[in-house]
Amino acid sequence: MKAKVYVTLKPSVLDPQGKAIKHSVELLGYQGINDIRQGKYFEIALNGGLTEDDARAEATRMAREVLSNPIIEDFRVEIEK
Amino acid sequence: MKFGVIVFPGSNCDHDAYHVISKHVGQPVDFIWHRETDLSAYDALIIPGGFSYGDYLRAGALASFSPVMNSVRKFAAQDKLVLGICNGFQILCEAGLLPGALIRNRELHFVCEHVNVRVETIDTPFTHELTRRQVLKMPIAHAEGNYVCDDATFEELKSGERIVFRYCDPQGNVTDETNVNGSRDNIAGICNAGRNVMGLMPHPERACEDALGSSDGRALFHSLVGALAAAA
Repeated sequence: MKAKVYVTLKPSVLDPQGKAIKHSVELLGYQGINDIRQGKYFEIALNGGLTEDDARAEATRMAREVLSNPIIEDFRVEIEK
Repeated sequence: MKFGVIVFPGSNCDHDAYHVISKHVGQPVDFIWHRETDLSAYDALIIPGGFSYGDYLRAGALASFSPVMNSVRKFAAQDKLVLGICNGFQILCEAGLLPGALIRNRELHFVCEHVNVRVETIDTPFTHELTRRQVLKMPIAHAEGNYVCDDATFEELKSGERIVFRYCDPQGNVTDETNVNGSRDNIAGICNAGRNVMGLMPHPERACEDALGSSDGRALFHSLVGALAAAA
């Protein structure tokens, strides 16, 4: 079983890296881009003995306590069997 | 009074801090490896600058989970003095000992230069021998020094006079042009509600000798020692 955790800056937090990437992408001629925000993605291989609910609870706790900083970031957890 | 300088894998200003405490402040000082948990021998701790754990995950994040940090929390809860410099400031924020967070500089660059900061409060053990509005010249060297916090935290910092240093020009004017990294309200350093834990991005330990371009940092360490002597 695999947990996928997406960590993104809160909408209220400035993302200078995302801004710089957007600038470069536009220089290359890509069009119609309103905004780019950079985030982090984690793949966590979990012990197959866990139930899906337990896996989600454990990955969520990890995301909240370690993988994200709740002051500046939000996160989303997906479980893949 | 005994000082401890906490060393994480990747700390690189630990020797500067040790040098200043032993040579300029003239006090006993130990290096403390991050796996230590007994801090009972110390009166004050310095969490030095550097790139603990290579800044992996977030600057200061992995260090904040080190065994020593639980002991630092207890140490701080006993009203003992904790000073976090640069990466040390980031670690104190990640550990929840100081509010807010330090994110990527507004202009993305790693900024390495001498800057001016204005002393906003002398009501801390770290600044009581300074003068309010005094301007100090100290170097910065960071890519993640952009201080952010939510509005409620900002109001608490302001009303509690917990903003200790703000980036300014040599005359002490705080403007957007002097905001080297985009920090909210030009914040360069803050303290906790108990005023015994302070974090700042500039490096006072690298500003203690004229040959290094400034000795303005000395006053900060002398304040610290004065506060410890008064409390003893």
